Amino acid sequence: MPLLDRKGLKQNPFVRAEVVDETAGPNVIVPWAQVQAALAARAKDQQIGVDLPNNVAYGDVLALADQLALVTIDFPAFTDGRAFTLARRLRNNGFQGVLRARGNLIADQFPYAFACGFDEVEPSEAVYARQPEEQWLAAAGRITHTYQRNYGDAGNILDQRRAARLAKEQAHDK
Amino acid sequence: MYRYDQFDERFVRERVAQFRAQVKRRLDGSLSDDEFKPLRLMNGLYLQLHAYMLRIAVPYGTLASRQLRQLALIADRYDRGYGHFTTRQNMQFNWAKLRDVPDILGLLADVEMHCIQTSGNCIRNVTADHFAGVAADELEDPRPTAELIRQWSSLHPEFSFLPRKFKIAVTGAEHDRAAVKVHDIGLRILRHPDTGETGYEVIVGGGLGRTPYVGKVVREFLPRRDLLAYLEAIVRVYNADGRRDNKFKARIKILVHEIGTEEFRRRVEEEFAQLDGPTINADPEEVARIAAYFAPPAYEKLPAKSNAYEAHRAANPAFATWADANVFPHRVPGYAALTISLKAIGEAPGDISSEQMRLVADLAEKYSFDELRVTHMQNVVLAHVRQADLFAVWQKLCEAGLATPNVGLITDIIACPGLDYCALATARSIPIAQALSKRFADQARQKEIGPLGIKISGCINACGHHHIGNIGILGLEKNGVENYQITLGGDATENAAIGGHLGPGIDAKDVPDAIERLVDVYLAQREDGEIFIDTVRRIGVTPFKEVFVAKTHAKSKEPENAVA
Ligand code: SF4
Repeated sequence: MPLLDRKGLKQNPFVRAEVVDETAGPNVIVPWAQVQAALAARAKDQQIGVDLPNNVAYGDVLALADQLALVTIDFPAFTDGRAFTLARRLRNNGFQGVLRARGNLIADQFPYAFACGFDEVEPSEAVYARQPEEQWLAAAGRITHTYQRNYGDAGNILDQRRAARLAKEQAHDK
Repeated sequence: MYRYDQFDERFVRERVAQFRAQVKRRLDGSLSDDEFKPLRLMNGLYLQLHAYMLRIAVPYGTLASRQLRQLALIADRYDRGYGHFTTRQNMQFNWAKLRDVPDILGLLADVEMHCIQTSGNCIRNVTADHFAGVAADELEDPRPTAELIRQWSSLHPEFSFLPRKFKIAVTGAEHDRAAVKVHDIGLRILRHPDTGETGYEVIVGGGLGRTPYVGKVVREFLPRRDLLAYLEAIVRVYNADGRRDNKFKARIKILVHEIGTEEFRRRVEEEFAQLDGPTINADPEEVARIAAYFAPPAYEKLPAKSNAYEAHRAANPAFATWADANVFPHRVPGYAALTISLKAIGEAPGDISSEQMRLVADLAEKYSFDELRVTHMQNVVLAHVRQADLFAVWQKLCEAGLATPNVGLITDIIACPGLDYCALATARSIPIAQALSKRFADQARQKEIGPLGIKISGCINACGHHHIGNIGILGLEKNGVENYQITLGGDATENAAIGGHLGPGIDAKDVPDAIERLVDVYLAQREDGEIFIDTVRRIGVTPFKEVFVAKTHAKSKEPENAVA
């Protein structure tokens, strides 16, 4: 399945496997149910990622966070926005690893995914067939700035207003 | 009122371009119909029975004259020369064409308007007391808070794909004219009992629809500065934990009900405690920047009582009758707020022609500091009119057929579009409203009956808010025939109550008789000066039920009352 970040298509270094052994390769994604076994079985230089459904308790994920190189969260349907909240909660509580949105999300949700803390997106083949790379990149840049603070947009409107106000006050003081 | 700065302006323009591209991608097949649907809904575009319907946001119901004129232009150019004000203070056009919508959005952006989040499973247009800045019982104008929330909720990256729609209302007055207890979140501005600081009472989980609930207080006092972070916590808990398995159980009211207010509060407070407020909340300076736009207009210093007004009242009984019903006291001496009823006898509630829009815009410009309000009762308010000017305004309204003197009376009926337009409807609601309005047309009788709110919905989704009507009418379908359930005792105010069923559903043609009988019970039983809802509260539903059930089973012999 294709993998995209802000710059466009990228290589996916991870492969998926149910169980982890030496043959599984250096970067392996396992299902959430297998994660404990995988972490126990992995070789020293093996990187483990996990596929999460969108309804796991984020505390359970955080407990393993420093052993995980990658966390992906599923969009069973693009209308199901729980993955956005789960990503937010992981980031708010200090998760530093790579966050990937996967499944049925659509290009129009690309900027939302970044804003909520995802680094990359792995859309379904079916969606990508209709919405190729350029649509994702176009969607990412359509709205330059939004109003929410603390959603990864350094130029969010409230902060820009604050900056403009401070600049004005400074000019006034001089 | 609020004016866009360069950031708001760019945001709305970009949103128009975004939607234009989405329409194009729908037409070239990039977006499937299923994918396009939520995207167009989040831009207020519904597929109705006969055509697309475009719902335009009128944030917290405030409009400037130039904006209403632009709506008139859109009505003429892209619709059939009229628009429809909704129970959520928005405007709907019922005959828009998909290919025209991006251009309509462009025209709206020209006057600082949009359709953002007037539909869809996201945070909807925020509503507020239509007498904001006018009413004497107001502690603080709710509109700056509503505007702050409007901006915060616009294209929210996390909360645009919620389990279901999400509605927020704000009031700053003692008497609740914004129905905050039947919203997903209701905010009541209040003073802390000990410190005197102003903040918010936060009410969550109210709502109508098929399972009506009065909201629960989740936070008795929220300091003003914490507003956005607290809202974020509530909506996050809802987004994560709200039900998605059943559309009819997906509103936040069901979550609150199923896990209980205590547990809901615990989850929200836990989430809130994790948040770094200062990185989320708006600066006090930003709040002050918004509030400055809602500063009172430059009122003249006038005597509390206008002699000219009193003289016109004395000389002209029709004017006095209108003023009694439609004029609301203003806290500034010599001024009044007047409600223009869009409930002319026999017309569809909330409809307004482009010509009427222009006239109302002119009146607002000349007599009311260029500002109008849309009410959730589907009427329009001129908020700051000098009492001495009321007569001149009334005369102009008379010429335009806009001087119906029935605000708050039995013919000031709320009705959703129903089966005449709405794809979800199970029955018609507009013809029921029209029949009732004709039945009670007599002015003296309306006055005799006094304040009484009838609300009509064309299906269980309850857009006509029938549950909180003093008399509620719900149109259903039974064996292919429209069938109407009547409820009694609903109340939208600070005494919020959900109406109780009176008995089995009745045919359309029997509705006017049935309502008349309920009114007769009230007239026979009321004590001195008692309004309808108070009589219902005092004597209970039973006396009404007895009459209703007894007569419903007797065959109606008055075919001339049939609803055409
Ligand atoms: S109550 Fe039902 S019929 Fe009326 S507008 Fe809402 S969905 Fe349509």
